[in-house]
Amino acid sequence: MLIEELFMTSVRGIIANKLRSFLTMLGIIIGVASVITMLALGEGAKLKVSNSIKQLGTNLLFISPGISRRGPIRMSNVQTLTFEDAEAIKSEIPYVDNIAPENSRNYQIKYFNKNTNAPVYGTIPSYEYVRNFKTIDGRFINDNDLKTMKRVCIIGQTVKNELFGEAFSPIGQEIKIKGITFEIIGLLEEKGQSNFGDNDNIIIVPLTTFQKRLAGVSHIQNISVKIISENLMSEAEKLIEELLRKRHKIKQGAENDFTIRNQAEFLETMNEITKTFTYLLAGVATVSLIVGGIGIMNIMLVSVTERTREIGIRKAIGATKKNILFQFLLESIIVSVTGGILGIALGYGFSFLASKLTEFDTYITIDSILISFLFSVSIGLFFGIYPANKAAKLSPIEALRYE
Amino acid sequence: MEIVKLENICKKYYLDEIEIEVLKNINLSINQGEFVAIMGPSGSGKTTLMSILGCLDSPTSGNYYLENQNVSHLTDNELAKIRNKKIGFVFQTFNLLSKSNALENVKLPLIYGRVKNKNELAEQALNIVGLSDRKKHKPAELSGGQRQRVAIARAIVTTPSIIMADEPTGNLDSKTGLEIMNIFCELHKKGVTIILVTHEQDIAKYAKRKIYLKDGLIISDERVN
Repeated sequence: MLIEELFMTSVRGIIANKLRSFLTMLGIIIGVASVITMLALGEGAKLKVSNSIKQLGTNLLFISPGISRRGPIRMSNVQTLTFEDAEAIKSEIPYVDNIAPENSRNYQIKYFNKNTNAPVYGTIPSYEYVRNFKTIDGRFINDNDLKTMKRVCIIGQTVKNELFGEAFSPIGQEIKIKGITFEIIGLLEEKGQSNFGDNDNIIIVPLTTFQKRLAGVSHIQNISVKIISENLMSEAEKLIEELLRKRHKIKQGAENDFTIRNQAEFLETMNEITKTFTYLLAGVATVSLIVGGIGIMNIMLVSVTERTREIGIRKAIGATKKNILFQFLLESIIVSVTGGILGIALGYGFSFLASKLTEFDTYITIDSILISFLFSVSIGLFFGIYPANKAAKLSPIEALRYE
Repeated sequence: MEIVKLENICKKYYLDEIEIEVLKNINLSINQGEFVAIMGPSGSGKTTLMSILGCLDSPTSGNYYLENQNVSHLTDNELAKIRNKKIGFVFQTFNLLSKSNALENVKLPLIYGRVKNKNELAEQALNIVGLSDRKKHKPAELSGGQRQRVAIARAIVTTPSIIMADEPTGNLDSKTGLEIMNIFCELHKKGVTIILVTHEQDIAKYAKRKIYLKDGLIISDERVN
């Protein structure tokens, strides 16, 4: 009953100074909205990365030529991997489900007067399975294509749209890759965008055709290895390393001339990056929230001074210290909580707009809502305590005498 | 029945390390139902005496018994509760909450005292001071006399042991002041104990006992019939 009355008193105090209360709230509103938006952006980026990696499967190992380095920089002119290495891995390593060697290069693609640019991958039939591709029209390359170095290709959705438009089935059409005519035998299912670019801007040809007819090389650029189970990844990685060192005749102590990368490791690195990014953004937003809190404190201090007489009257009539403390604390908490709720709504709006108007994905977690709500409550509590305590400590005689 | 008993009350203030003794050894006893006027020139200590009697302040030394309870060394919270239950204040400047209407102002002590049927009691109190038709008006919409009546209603709503009135007519014209004094007389007839602080003889004449204060001492204490 008393709490209800004190609550109403506080609400009335806030309503009595509408503009001032709103401006005070604005600090919290902006603070909470930016925390929500920033966390949503960070969370969205994280989700996008992990989705694009999960799409490939987390039980993949990638072997590429060149010395191991952290980060995306690799020497691309090293030609130490061969098709035989790939076959050896498949036949000698126990935990390997399947392998897919590949070699790729960007080529100009032509279909009559239309042309586009796309990475052309030379690979073997198992690529479809290992890299989670789906052929929705026609077929994927087969062993016969490989054996006879057939000039056939499978194209991704982007390539199809560029050359043939939406509705038209491209199967059986002939396109020119680097001036050489290829027959389209299959169309891949749409994979969408990822951090690594457009997954649908792709052309797949038999590895032998690629090596002999297009690029004129004999080495392999990348071997994707699918492991039976995620738990066996590190074990398999070790065995592959031993095998390749033996095959490449690398002396003990010398560095590998190949690099094995692991999807899980990659995911972890990416998560680490987005986490840092999220914390940074949230940190900046938190600063604005604290500034909002200081705004509350400032206004509450003014309010206490302004209402000294009111405090005196209330005390003379029998309000205890606790009553006064509660009244003013409640006022600052109501301001910050209302600001917090409005800020969450605004943050929702901002995140929605951000995902609509920019290329960023946003994802609002319950956690971020709870965190920013609790944070705004504690800001109200923390920055309200001092002014409220000042009000509660006023001596009734002096407060009554205050003009 | 003795309602107020002051024993050797002293009150000292320190202003820049200079000791100022405002009340010097005050002894006083007031019975239930008395109408007492405390008089004296400014600086005589009557406001300080009133603060102590009203439990707004504690004496530096001495004992104050309010309804046989020694209240001279209570904590702030205990004093707040005593003020709420046992004392009703009427101030010169009315001291109403400007944002609340008459009824809400009268209800205020009941809220802090966690009393039930607040509305009923507050309306009764407003009825006594003849303002039942003004309960939704805010102080700014009331005349000075009406404001003071709201303040009186607020003072009596908890049926306190004492009504403390500090220059209640000081901000009113003489006609309205008269009306206010009549209300006090009515209350006195009903047996309410009233302590009136004033420096005006015209106002003090309504009281049945006059206490003169000078330089922190009681210099006379006379009863009128």
